[in-house]
Amino acid sequence: MFKFQSFHMYGIIGGAVVISMVFMQLFKRGIIKDIHGNKIHPKQKKKGIISPLLGGTFFGLGWGISGACAAPIFVIFGFKLIPALLLLVGALLGAFLYGLLSKKLPN
Amino acid sequence: MDFILEPWAWYVGGPLIAISLLLYFYFGKNFGASTNFETLCTMAGAGMFSDYFKKDWKERDFALLFVIGLVIGGYLSSTYLIPNQQIDLNPTTVNELTDLGFSNVGAHYFPEEIFGEEVFYTLKGFLILLVSGVLVGFGTRYAGGCTSGHAITGLSSLQFPSLLAVIGFFIGGIIATWLIIPSIF
Repeated sequence: MFKFQSFHMYGIIGGAVVISMVFMQLFKRGIIKDIHGNKIHPKQKKKGIISPLLGGTFFGLGWGISGACAAPIFVIFGFKLIPALLLLVGALLGAFLYGLLSKKLPN
Repeated sequence: MDFILEPWAWYVGGPLIAISLLLYFYFGKNFGASTNFETLCTMAGAGMFSDYFKKDWKERDFALLFVIGLVIGGYLSSTYLIPNQQIDLNPTTVNELTDLGFSNVGAHYFPEEIFGEEVFYTLKGFLILLVSGVLVGFGTRYAGGCTSGHAITGLSSLQFPSLLAVIGFFIGGIIATWLIIPSIF
């Protein structure tokens, strides 16, 4: 994906984003409501400049090396048990590490 | 019906993801995968070490079902829907990866060099997976989301932090692809 030699991943993510944008507009205008009849409000992301940028970069490094992002780690588990387990243990350690450090990191 | 057994084109995968997002929101939940790492940590007792994990995980129990669903999905598709793992890669990509020492590029979804038995016998194999995992877990929590939460949910709802996150993903991914993979293989 990051060699820019293949469209596939861009097609998947881009396609999902474009269609989701349509859904988001439908949510916003109340045309599609949730199962309880309430208006749908996507959660606001936490504000900040450094945290999404730096966090995103760390994530991108892990993603680029292993080819796995968050949900796929669990999908891979259904595919190839043990390697996925290592990825998962790593991810839990990483999340745990973040939890410990969260107050001290720049935002 | 054979087309089900071929890799599904991007114009099938992308919309399916969007439909998945729709279902999530319809049932009153948010669409994102990385919070599961936090939830799993909390369930495992991380609250003992840090206040950050003193969350009520019972209200996130749908997240567990999501995770189980992902695993089942991976299992079903790998067992029944993928008779051969040939990937249609750009020939230049195949050449470049072969030069780095990868063999049979494009013949497996998961390169043996990263996901094969090296994992058990070499420290390098073990560390590659573990460290990648740590980067993914730490990064998604620091950024507040992963490709599902930020790239898809965040961008489609036009939130600026998500744009920053996606820029970060690309910076990291490019560094990994152009600098790190060539230097460790």
